[in-house]
Amino acid sequence: MTIELVKEKWVNKVNELVLGAEKARGGTRAKALKAGGESCLPFVFQEGDMPNRPLIAMEVWDIEPADWPQALKAPFGKSLKDPSEWAKKCVQDFKADLICLTLESALPELKNSTPNEAAKTVENVLKAVGCPLIVIGCGDKNKDNEVLSQCSQAAKGENCLFGFATQDNYKTLAASCMADGHSIIAESPIDINIAKQVNILITDMGFDANRIAMHPTTGALGYGMEYVYSIMERGRLAALMGDKMLSEPFIVFLGPEVWKVKEAKAGADEAPEWGDPGKRGPLWEATTAACMLQAGADILVMRHPEAVKGVKNTIEELMKR
Amino acid sequence: MLIIGELINGMYKQVAAAIAGKDKKAIQGLARQQAENGANMLDVNVGPSSGNPQEAMKWLVETIQEAVEAPLCLDSTKPAVIEAGLKLAKKKALINSTTADDEKLNTLLPLAKRYNAGIIGLTMDKTGVPRDRYKRSEHALKIISSCMEQGMDLGDVYIDPIVLPVNVAQPQALEVLESLREFKVISDPPPKTVVGLSNVSQGTSERNLINRTFLVMAAAFGLGAAILDPLDKDLMDAMITAELILGKNIYCDSYLEAYRKK
Repeated sequence: MTIELVKEKWVNKVNELVLGAEKARGGTRAKALKAGGESCLPFVFQEGDMPNRPLIAMEVWDIEPADWPQALKAPFGKSLKDPSEWAKKCVQDFKADLICLTLESALPELKNSTPNEAAKTVENVLKAVGCPLIVIGCGDKNKDNEVLSQCSQAAKGENCLFGFATQDNYKTLAASCMADGHSIIAESPIDINIAKQVNILITDMGFDANRIAMHPTTGALGYGMEYVYSIMERGRLAALMGDKMLSEPFIVFLGPEVWKVKEAKAGADEAPEWGDPGKRGPLWEATTAACMLQAGADILVMRHPEAVKGVKNTIEELMKR
Repeated sequence: MLIIGELINGMYKQVAAAIAGKDKKAIQGLARQQAENGANMLDVNVGPSSGNPQEAMKWLVETIQEAVEAPLCLDSTKPAVIEAGLKLAKKKALINSTTADDEKLNTLLPLAKRYNAGIIGLTMDKTGVPRDRYKRSEHALKIISSCMEQGMDLGDVYIDPIVLPVNVAQPQALEVLESLREFKVISDPPPKTVVGLSNVSQGTSERNLINRTFLVMAAAFGLGAAILDPLDKDLMDAMITAELILGKNIYCDSYLEAYRKK
């Protein structure tokens, strides 16, 4: 006797976010991508569809990262000194779906680079690669408002994904993105209530809900990952049950979280008993990513090429109907 | 909670006048206002004074459908009037209503099947409205089993325990609330439930307050749908808040607005 499993009937689906604009749509991207659009829980194809496979964005910084461990820097070699070269390497050699450009050098206590310099970098990276671009500020609220507005203008029409809009700082970025035809990342501090609130605030400005990605903030394996999982699962269930203000696709910045924990970044001299750091770090990152896929991540922002490679295989396997 | 707007009812003088004078604007205005203020469905009742209720129903259904997308809840004691509406309904309609009497069930359930409509079953029969929850459950059981026999999808069946005015039948309010809970054990999946809300405050001095207090309590007892005035903003806010507290929606500071953005 076969047992028939109970199937959920979902009434809503996740919004489909278009990333990048091709020539016909006013941009210069070789190919636009889509994220989200699910009408089922992750990979539960019996209950609905996942029209788009989860995407992987690789991080590129506008300044060589000082605190990345050797195991993480090694695969990129000299390209770390030039964001355009770094981005090319990610796309050509490591098969990144898209590039996440972090404008770290704008940090006042780092290099304090100007909005003009940042905008120039965005233009250069757009020229260097044909994939869609995610653009992230340095994390200093006031500086980001200046820098990101300028970058938004410089990339006008390219439909980049800009971040981050937060509950107390969303207006400037949202206005720029609307004016220049970009999408936006709504950030919340591992809090589903605030995630919903930020989405409402942004859409209240007239922002199209189909152009928002939610960044629920994340944690690495061993560092609160299961809490993040439950938050994301709750949001996704609400979306499938009809909550339009939680129906945005998830973007998960796991690279920065994973590579700050000691299990991922400790060198062979610090923890010889933990094995080869060249394998350990990427494994830590890939394992975190695999969990985030099950939680509903639509875009993974990652760092190490080996982790990216492994997770791409995982996605391919999971997407088999 | 499924909200069924109650305002297009010939019992109201203005609506009766609009029907008599074929005033499309007045009816469409009411339809739009209710839909904009959160009605998921609109009740349509031609009222007692209409000379040709079938024609009035046809005109109302056509007029409303020109203005709004919302599905309709066709409200009449006469099956022919309901059928006149069913024939024209563009979206899945709800029949309002059958009682637990065989002749009603045998006429209206086939109509529901034929037009792929849902149906409201009132837990009463020719002998009147029951005094207690037990008799209400008995009627509910009868209605549900008839629906099952006729091959209705139980997801399309709403049981109405019949709300009575609290100023004349005070003990009935609690019986109705308890019934809402007891109906849940009748079948698996359980039947949906509905109340005609404003009856509870009929003839009282604090109509709005009584309506919204009762609605919140009924929500806590598992109520699935209500026929009410969606233009009563305090009432709608109370309903949205009750559902929030019951965990039906995820909290955020703008939860009232979030609900309305649905």
